[in-house]
Amino acid sequence: MKQTFRMENLDCANCAAKMESAIAKIDGVESVSISFLLEKITLEADESRLEEILKKAQKACKKVDADCRIVL
Amino acid sequence: MKLTKKHKRLLARIIASIALLFIVMFLPVTGWIRLCLFLIPYLLIGWDVLFHALRNIAHGQVFDENFLMALATIGAFFLGEYPEGVAVMIFSQVGELFEEIAVNRSRSSIRALLNIRPETATVKRNGERLEVSPEEVEVGETIVVAPGERIPLDGTVLSGESLADTSALTGESVPRMLSPGDTALSGCINQTAVIEIAVTKPFTESTVSKILELVERAASRKAKTETFITRFAKWYTPCVVIGAVWLAIIPPLILQTGFAEWIQRALIFLVISCPCALVISVPLGFFGGIGAASKRGILIKGSNYLEALSRAKTVVFDKTGTLTKGSFSVSKCFAATGFTESELLYYTAAAESFSSHPIAQSLKAACADANNAAVEQAAEKAGFGVTALVDGHPVIAGTSRFLAEAGISVVPVDDPGTIVYTAVDKQFIGAVLICDEVKPQAAQAIASLKQEGISKTAMLTGDTAVIGNQIGAQLGIDEVHAQLLPEGKVSALETIGASMSAGTLVYTGDGINDAPVLARADVGVAMGGLGSDAAIEAADVVIMDDDPTKLIDSIRIAKRTMRIVKQNIIFALGVKFAVLALGIFGVATMWEAVFADVGVSVIAILNAMRALRFHSQK
Repeated sequence: MKQTFRMENLDCANCAAKMESAIAKIDGVESVSISFLLEKITLEADESRLEEILKKAQKACKKVDADCRIVL
Repeated sequence: MKLTKKHKRLLARIIASIALLFIVMFLPVTGWIRLCLFLIPYLLIGWDVLFHALRNIAHGQVFDENFLMALATIGAFFLGEYPEGVAVMIFSQVGELFEEIAVNRSRSSIRALLNIRPETATVKRNGERLEVSPEEVEVGETIVVAPGERIPLDGTVLSGESLADTSALTGESVPRMLSPGDTALSGCINQTAVIEIAVTKPFTESTVSKILELVERAASRKAKTETFITRFAKWYTPCVVIGAVWLAIIPPLILQTGFAEWIQRALIFLVISCPCALVISVPLGFFGGIGAASKRGILIKGSNYLEALSRAKTVVFDKTGTLTKGSFSVSKCFAATGFTESELLYYTAAAESFSSHPIAQSLKAACADANNAAVEQAAEKAGFGVTALVDGHPVIAGTSRFLAEAGISVVPVDDPGTIVYTAVDKQFIGAVLICDEVKPQAAQAIASLKQEGISKTAMLTGDTAVIGNQIGAQLGIDEVHAQLLPEGKVSALETIGASMSAGTLVYTGDGINDAPVLARADVGVAMGGLGSDAAIEAADVVIMDDDPTKLIDSIRIAKRTMRIVKQNIIFALGVKFAVLALGIFGVATMWEAVFADVGVSVIAILNAMRALRFHSQK
């Protein structure tokens, strides 16, 4: 199922692209797209492991830009 | 233009550090004291960049823009160019500030565009009016919408008569009348009176949610240009940085000159190493195009379709409901000698009054008197016609064959369309010609397509060749494929597609019966999508109302957007590569480099914002 979350402090477009490619590599993620302009992330992932995947995604974003986070 | 707190603080730091820089530059000090004094404005303006750089390095982000900027300015300090080091940092922060303001502005204009989401709904529960969030309203409940409020959920009007402003959905400014029994669509603004609506769809499936979801999701279907930029950005920074390292090491070793000069040139590379201008402006341009289209009631499901639309060369239309109104109406009466047109219409309409066939409906619409006629013993023979007693007279209405079977000879009519022959008291009284009307804007739409560089237009129809060719000729369509069954439309489209030498194939239909054809075309455009889920699902582009000239707007928006995107790519890459090249030969300084980085970003963003503003050329 596709789910959309808001993001905070997403300040650079290049970072958004980096986060996107990092999250796409997480196991269980089918598709991900980050809209820099809407400050939104749309994630399609294995539902049974969603919580774990979101945690990893959160970490991946932090790694690119420490201020940025996904609002859950 | 209001500045946020964060921006005000940054602006204050910029002003303070510029002032300090000037003071320090004119102080007669040398050596370590001079360095320390220059470090004051440097740290004031750049501490956050340095902080982010350190933190990101700890995370393994080597090609981080903060790190590269820090490296470039610290490098300048090592070379003893203190004022340059501070100034580059100041300018990059000025650029950063401009860039953020531009991003904020584009974000807020996009948000304004998507600001059709209703915040609350007033629902009637146990006789009380409660204000709740639209998600909490269930199907079957009654909601109350006051004038000036946005209709929060789709439903059927129960009571009240009002005008609704549908411009947020269709781009059309003429308000729609809402009366009891009418479908009210969420996202419209109720204008004149209080109405009560029985909710028929939950919020997530209501029109407003569907539209918002579609526009927001459009960003994830990327155009080739966008994927190219993303891929390019991934390679650009590492390449420029490696180039900088080579530039710092190899020439001095070969030429046996000092390192200082070449390190300085290498630092210029680092300043230009962020592909930000492209990474922001290209998606922003596409989003602007999609936004401008949605403002006009055209939903484009992805920037890939925008790109495909801009290269459209062949446009294929479905006839019924797209070029024609899809509703039948009486276009001509041929009364037999001795009878008047109104008699003919009266008897024909009355005899047909029990039939639910669209043709019968059009007759009823043409003759209101027929509703008062005394009609008895009405019988219908499907595909042929009807018989009935109207005011005591036996009436037969239908095809010429149907009348011939009853022993009545008719005067045949050859005009294209559906012809109903009528006999009263076993005597032929005339024939009524019923046609599907061509939309008033259809001819203009076809003519404008030619102006937009469309090389071929075609029309597909299930109707006879006579009707198809007549409408084709009337509208100036190049090719008509008639008598097609639904499956035949796909193969007809494929034949047209195979004969194309360049460009993309656009198919425009009503989206209800032609899902396979919509899917087969490069760009499938559904028209009249307002309230039709099937159309929204099946098509790549949905035109909310049924005005065929909106297709021209879509193509114009697509072309304009692509032009802006290309301008930005050429401009940004051009400036960056030019400054890189000048940098190698020592012609460009840090100043040009800063312009090539943040200056270009700001200009590209401002240019991309233009995509949002599209005015139709009517």
